[in-house]
Amino acid sequence: MREVAIIGVGDTRFGELWDMGFRDIGIAAGLAAVQDANLAAEEIDALYVGNMSAGRFIEQEHVAALIADYSGLARDNIPATRIEAAGASGGLALRQGYLAVASGMHDLVVVGGAEKMTDVGDAMAAEIQSSSMDQQWEVTFGATFPALHAMIARRHMHDFGTTREQLASVAVLNHLHGSMNPKAQFQRAIDLKTVLNAPPVAEPLGMFDCAPSSDGAAAVVLCAMEKARKHTDKPIKILASTQASDTLALHARSDITSFKATHVAAQRAFKLAGLEPKDIQVAEVHDNFTISEILAIEDLGFFPKGQGGRAVVDGQVSIGAKVAVNTSGGLKARGDPIGATGVAQVVEIVSQLRGTAGKRQVAGARYGLAQNVGGTGATVVVTILGAT
Amino acid sequence: MQVGIVSYGAYVPHYRITPQEIGRVWGSDGELMSKNLLIFSKSVPSPDEDVITISVEAARAMMRRTKVDPKLIGALYVGSESHPYAVKPSGTIVAEAILTSPNITVADYEFACKAGTAAIQTCMGLVGSGMVKYGVAIGADTSQGAPGDPLEYSASAGGAAYLIGSEELIATLNHTFSYTTDTPDFWRREGQPYPSHGGRFTGEPAYFKHIQAAGKGLMNLAKTQPTDYAHAVFHQPNGKFPTRVAKQLGFTDKQIEVGLLTPQIGNTYSGAVPLGLAAILDVAKPGERIFVVAYGSGAGADGFDVTVTDNIANFNRGAAPTIKEILQNRTMIDYATYAKFRGKIRMQEGEVS
Amino acid sequence: MSTARLWRENPSRYNLAASKCGVCGKVFFPPRNVCSTCHRKSIGKMQQLLLSGEGEVYSYSVVHDAPSQFELLKPYVLAMIRMDEGVMLTSQLIDVDPKKVEIGMRVKTTMRKVGEDGPAGVIYYGYKFKPIT
Repeated sequence: MREVAIIGVGDTRFGELWDMGFRDIGIAAGLAAVQDANLAAEEIDALYVGNMSAGRFIEQEHVAALIADYSGLARDNIPATRIEAAGASGGLALRQGYLAVASGMHDLVVVGGAEKMTDVGDAMAAEIQSSSMDQQWEVTFGATFPALHAMIARRHMHDFGTTREQLASVAVLNHLHGSMNPKAQFQRAIDLKTVLNAPPVAEPLGMFDCAPSSDGAAAVVLCAMEKARKHTDKPIKILASTQASDTLALHARSDITSFKATHVAAQRAFKLAGLEPKDIQVAEVHDNFTISEILAIEDLGFFPKGQGGRAVVDGQVSIGAKVAVNTSGGLKARGDPIGATGVAQVVEIVSQLRGTAGKRQVAGARYGLAQNVGGTGATVVVTILGAT
Repeated sequence: MQVGIVSYGAYVPHYRITPQEIGRVWGSDGELMSKNLLIFSKSVPSPDEDVITISVEAARAMMRRTKVDPKLIGALYVGSESHPYAVKPSGTIVAEAILTSPNITVADYEFACKAGTAAIQTCMGLVGSGMVKYGVAIGADTSQGAPGDPLEYSASAGGAAYLIGSEELIATLNHTFSYTTDTPDFWRREGQPYPSHGGRFTGEPAYFKHIQAAGKGLMNLAKTQPTDYAHAVFHQPNGKFPTRVAKQLGFTDKQIEVGLLTPQIGNTYSGAVPLGLAAILDVAKPGERIFVVAYGSGAGADGFDVTVTDNIANFNRGAAPTIKEILQNRTMIDYATYAKFRGKIRMQEGEVS
Repeated sequence: MSTARLWRENPSRYNLAASKCGVCGKVFFPPRNVCSTCHRKSIGKMQQLLLSGEGEVYSYSVVHDAPSQFELLKPYVLAMIRMDEGVMLTSQLIDVDPKKVEIGMRVKTTMRKVGEDGPAGVIYYGYKFKPIT
């Protein structure tokens, strides 16, 4: 297996993009990444597209072919593959692209993630998103995606004394980061009171504990490390790309206060990269709900189990702390176009490691990590990146 | 062979509304309605309850109290005027929910408020003739009254289930006698959400005439008189009619006291007499005789002469809630919640968007 | 909803039909053909059983934002219940004041409507739970 680098990144703004259809956002991010890598189309060997549910959001399947076509890459009939793992579709697409290059099968691939969620109403969007859970044994009985995470939060509060204020602090911090990100869906900082007083969605989670529905796309260009410097002075190396699975239904887990798949994927990733959690300066984690960020920073090994909430409140994941989490604004403030999220996380880490993150820059960022989750932790992808 | 009751179970939904609250919304004197009907509260089913769920709960309670293997049940009938489907029997779901074998005959019955007792009679015939070993008869309803109509103050929900057999009986069904005529006192056409009724026509020519005829016919058949009975239960569309018909037949207020549930839970229609009988069986002593006459509009009355056996002393009644316990388990709701629960509010139609 | 897809699971939704590994004793709900711990060793050794219907609340949430089919029930209490046999499932708690729900509360199963295919469609029945008083 040879080393793989990221030589170009691109993304759209995330939000309600009324003027852009699925094809438009997919192409926009891909084009931006290819331009960033200063590539010609004929240099690209393959395309990987992460997308959760175009079939239900826009009644279109076969979306890898669609993107290949509209990006012009189909002109050269390159292989185009669509990857689905609910919320982890983007991260998983990246892993598939990484494996293709690392194995020597391809030299240069484009990996994109895209989702167009606002062409359906809120009720339908929620129903589609709920298909990441166990349809037969969770959804049929009244489980919603927020409700399952609310039960995780409730148990975490019961077992470790985590408080609503600690949960709310995650939202406050991520909105603060979002206010520094011109591509974020929400660019206003919010205060703790707003979060605590927001209408309940599924107790103890309220409206501001939950990431929004969004449109958006993100893309990266992967290149064999040995050829990367032909295209860029600052290739960012993929030090590890790992993946783990767990039971589909949350109730089939032995413990719901952590995602074992995060823990397993992270351990494997740190081993492959030859690093430890303390070596990471910047991390993008899957905060589709505030409790998810608390679980993530515990499961990744940044903080002891049960201490995640306190760490957030104590400023230990802010910019300037030992690990800055979700500098992009996270899913909460940056937005969560499901299939795009995993790729967008990596775009943010690359920006940080290149030193181009502007107001959100983490000084001296050398190693970064992205954690991308499908469903309630049935799939987790962890990517560790390093500046060269 | 002797045929009778092997076990029984009851269920009434948790929520209640008062006549005062109903009257408040419709500009009527709910307090006066309450006094005239002798109804203090009526039961209200949750949006996720229906005759099938009520029947299942009652039938499961019945099975918990006995050791009879459900695979030996050869027939099951659910009597109601509010079956969830116009076509597809409630009984098949109930049968699977109590783990009968597929070697069973099932059908749904309708005869206004006496569909449950018609089911009991059918089971008596099937068991008595040796065609089946055990039969299950259920009377249950989630009846509706039109908004503001007098029936809205009484129409309620509940049901009871009876396991009919010929061995280890807790009560023998000694005799049954019915009186049936074509009398249009109360009806509901297919597709109509609410029933219609003939006002005062529902009294003398309907309820009273048929119960009296069935009652007299029953005592004639059984060669009994009112004083032979420790308890009596009559169909109870309100708290007053049964008292009057009891008196007409020669029964006292004391005899009908235990089985008179309508003042607390309203008129549970096909569930009314089955629930009233359950309340009596909850307290009856060996050797006591029970007089039962159900009435269903349209019209007909089914009478039963019942004797409690010694086996009732060993009956595992505690395995399921008694009527007394069920009556205590309640939460009051207001009219808006009641209207929401009963589907009286017009909702948005169409698919999810 | 698919008529056949839900009909197939009636024994589990009506009567809590589960399976137990004949090798390690682990109970699965819904029933499985292969034990997730013993894998191939468990093939042909999975036993059928019915859960007793009693358990305790492991976690819960009062759901306010709900799909349209639950419009009439919201806010409702969703719970993860640890059944006495050890296996856990997800369901609603009914006939209970949401404010009085606690982790550890003992509950037992009851039959309720869990959904329907619209006003002209099939009605689906299944388990919900109420407190053991």
